[in-house]
Amino acid sequence: MKNRSFPSIILASIPMATAITFISSLLLACSSKPEPEAVEALIDDSQTDEAIVVYSSRNEHLISPVFALFTEETGVNVEFTTGKAGVLIERIKAEGANTPADLLVTVDAGTLGYAAQQDIFQPLDSAEVNTRVPVYLRDDNDYWAGLSLRARTIVYSTERVQPEQLSSYQELGDKKWQGRLCLRTSKKVYNQSLVAMLIAEQGEAKTEAIVSSWVANLAIPPTSNDTKVMEAILAGQCDVGIVNTYYFGRLQTKQVDLPLALFWPNQSIDAISGVHVNVAGVGILKHSKNVAQAKRLVEWLVSDNAQALFAGVNKEYPINDGVDINSQVASWGTFKSSPLPLSQAYILQPAAVKLMDRAGYK
Amino acid sequence: MLNLWELRDRFRKISVWQVFLVVMALPTLLALLGVLSALLDPDVETLSHLAQYVLPQTIKNTIFLVIGVAVVTTALGVSLAWLTAVCDFPLRRFFVWALILPMAIPGYVMAFALVGLFEYTGPVQSALRDVLGSSSAFPEIYSFGGVVLALSLALYPYTYLMVRNAFQTQGLRSLEVGQSLGLSIRESFWRICLPTARPWIVGGALLVMMETLSDFGTVAIFNYDTLTSAIYKSWFGLYSLPAALQVASVLLIFVVVITLLERHSRASQRFSQTRSATLMVSRIRLKVVSRWSATAFCLLVFSLAFVMPVIRLLYWAIPNLDVELTAQFWRYMVGSTSLSMIAMAMIAGLALLMAFAARTYNQPFAKIAVRISTMGYALPGTVLAVGLFVPVAAMDNMLSALGFSTPLLQGTMVVMLLAYSVRFMAVAFAPLESNLLRITPSIDAASRSLGVSGIRMLAKVHLPMVRGGLLTAMVLVFVDVMKELPITLMTRPFGFNTLAVRIFELTSEGLWERAALPALAIVLVGLLPAFILIRKSDAR
Repeated sequence: MKNRSFPSIILASIPMATAITFISSLLLACSSKPEPEAVEALIDDSQTDEAIVVYSSRNEHLISPVFALFTEETGVNVEFTTGKAGVLIERIKAEGANTPADLLVTVDAGTLGYAAQQDIFQPLDSAEVNTRVPVYLRDDNDYWAGLSLRARTIVYSTERVQPEQLSSYQELGDKKWQGRLCLRTSKKVYNQSLVAMLIAEQGEAKTEAIVSSWVANLAIPPTSNDTKVMEAILAGQCDVGIVNTYYFGRLQTKQVDLPLALFWPNQSIDAISGVHVNVAGVGILKHSKNVAQAKRLVEWLVSDNAQALFAGVNKEYPINDGVDINSQVASWGTFKSSPLPLSQAYILQPAAVKLMDRAGYK
Repeated sequence: MLNLWELRDRFRKISVWQVFLVVMALPTLLALLGVLSALLDPDVETLSHLAQYVLPQTIKNTIFLVIGVAVVTTALGVSLAWLTAVCDFPLRRFFVWALILPMAIPGYVMAFALVGLFEYTGPVQSALRDVLGSSSAFPEIYSFGGVVLALSLALYPYTYLMVRNAFQTQGLRSLEVGQSLGLSIRESFWRICLPTARPWIVGGALLVMMETLSDFGTVAIFNYDTLTSAIYKSWFGLYSLPAALQVASVLLIFVVVITLLERHSRASQRFSQTRSATLMVSRIRLKVVSRWSATAFCLLVFSLAFVMPVIRLLYWAIPNLDVELTAQFWRYMVGSTSLSMIAMAMIAGLALLMAFAARTYNQPFAKIAVRISTMGYALPGTVLAVGLFVPVAAMDNMLSALGFSTPLLQGTMVVMLLAYSVRFMAVAFAPLESNLLRITPSIDAASRSLGVSGIRMLAKVHLPMVRGGLLTAMVLVFVDVMKELPITLMTRPFGFNTLAVRIFELTSEGLWERAALPALAIVLVGLLPAFILIRKSDAR
């Protein structure tokens, strides 16, 4: 009996699977059809431009509201797919002249520099971008421009640390912080570019001494993310750490009376120093078939309206001082950022990674 | 040297099955060649840095991890399979399928949930501090033991499923044989049941080891550096894809060694069963103490591997229901489910054909072809995704040069499914191969003498006998595709998203709490087929 019933179950499950698949793909097809409003918008707007195609390593929930606003304002549709930056760059290279993509949006100056070096971009060549984006947040060869600014700064326990005790990144290696410092893993690009900028400022030998002194001060092994650094401070495992401001912002939203605060380091040491910043940025692909529209989108992205939204959704800073910032972000105060050109981050990042390996920063 | 006649003669002898084996091995071979071609142009500077500061530690870590996880999963998988297949104890019928459930939790989600529970700031240690004033006696979760625990709890169901299948088909009968030889149950277990279940045990351990080798997400959460971390560091930190691929070829050496060890351990053995295996003998009745210990043991594993992580996820998911449970969410569900169904039917079918072909043409050539087609499982998904995408894109570029409107292949389901089959062939193949090994060659001979051969023989003779293995293969593939990330990310069509992609989106921004809902959905959807199939296979 069972012998007979069994294969038949399997055989029956195959048409069943096919049927379910068919129905679900129908459902999918239906659900991915444009909403009625969108269709009307397209018809109303006389423009019948092809959609702009974007590859993005910035997440869907951070970019889709921005693109939705663009479509609403201009009638031009934006299609996008997300993924890891390195993989998207390999994909663009493999697709070559046939790539469907027009733009690459990605996070981190190092990654943007790597993309530029892989020869996948064409110059932005836009006066609009040049006036709105400060020079140090753009590529030397005009291959990419920053879209939002993230600051990587010191966070401390307001219960156990006085802000006067803090001064700079390098000072976190001081003996007084022994067993009181928490850091995220050196494998995260944010720390790699922070160390790259320290190399640019201080030279390699001095930076290696700084990183080694950090490692000596660690209270617990490096954590897997920034939020864990702050949780460890909250739990009393350590007193100071280095985090990106938006992670602090998220925790603050959840817990209003958070006993943590941000400190802006390296404000007075010398002219080339300052808070380490990084960018999310964009470049037009060399093989874009829709360059005019792609450029239109980039120029729109650096406009006031778009900037407020692009930075605001992630509690980041707009690239241009004129734009209103989110009141929570404003409450953290103002700071002087390091004026070193971000393109340095790419050039020095491999050196930074190797340096951290040598210093035993895991 | 071959002369032309000989060549023609050989060519004539090539059968459809042999061609099939070659075709199956081809995509993996392409990806592997892509990896190995990097050896031609080594990035000496990066490699010498890695060799000095990174590789010694990561290779050591990798070896320890693979061995540790293999040992723990085998111990868990075999003991649980033995208990549920052969013994009788309270709640046994519940545990039969419940113990498979952790398989639906992706390794990195398991890791995050366990870390969330047991780290210094987590609820367990916090409660300990509240009661005892200190939690310093609690073992550190960010440790070798922690990684092994997380991976083992996520992976033991692979071994459990396969070995249970073995014990079900021969366990009680072996015990009978043992009894007739005057052996105690314990002696029969060690001397008869365990050795005859070896193809299943080794097959399960092999899957677990390959999965451990390719893992990136889990080890990243523990900041435990393995060869995969070194690959990612070379690629994304040192910006050297060549160096990354060269480290990947070191990883391939590991795969080859493991595969050879497995071959070697089985080389001198043949496993056959002569009678139909469904004849039931009554289960072992355990004494009161052992009976309840068995229940307690199963309960412990089940709570650690499933109940506690799921409760942790629920605690995260519930406050975020309103932001995550949108219309979009249901689209991810449909996307994931339909994709996994198609992949399941396709890959299990191909694996069955391949196992049969390899059995029919039991020559070195067939073995090599099979080994190659199942190697994709051990490569980190990202490396494999790029390795496969490059030839596909090149083909598209060629087609466009010939005047086709492109892209024809990129961004279609075809490429996605092809990539899945390269990645998961091993998962479907292992249980089928062990089942086919049990069928004596004399059955094939008998079938042929009755004029039933080729695909008809497979359908009429073998298929009914390997149904357990086929079910296992289907469940494993379904759940694995459901969890898969790098290939889905790279090859999915525009606008097509799955639950795993959603989890990636959220976790890469550190939004673990919000990722809990899609993670729970993967678990739930992954459970359904496991539940149905297992209930049917154990319908007694």
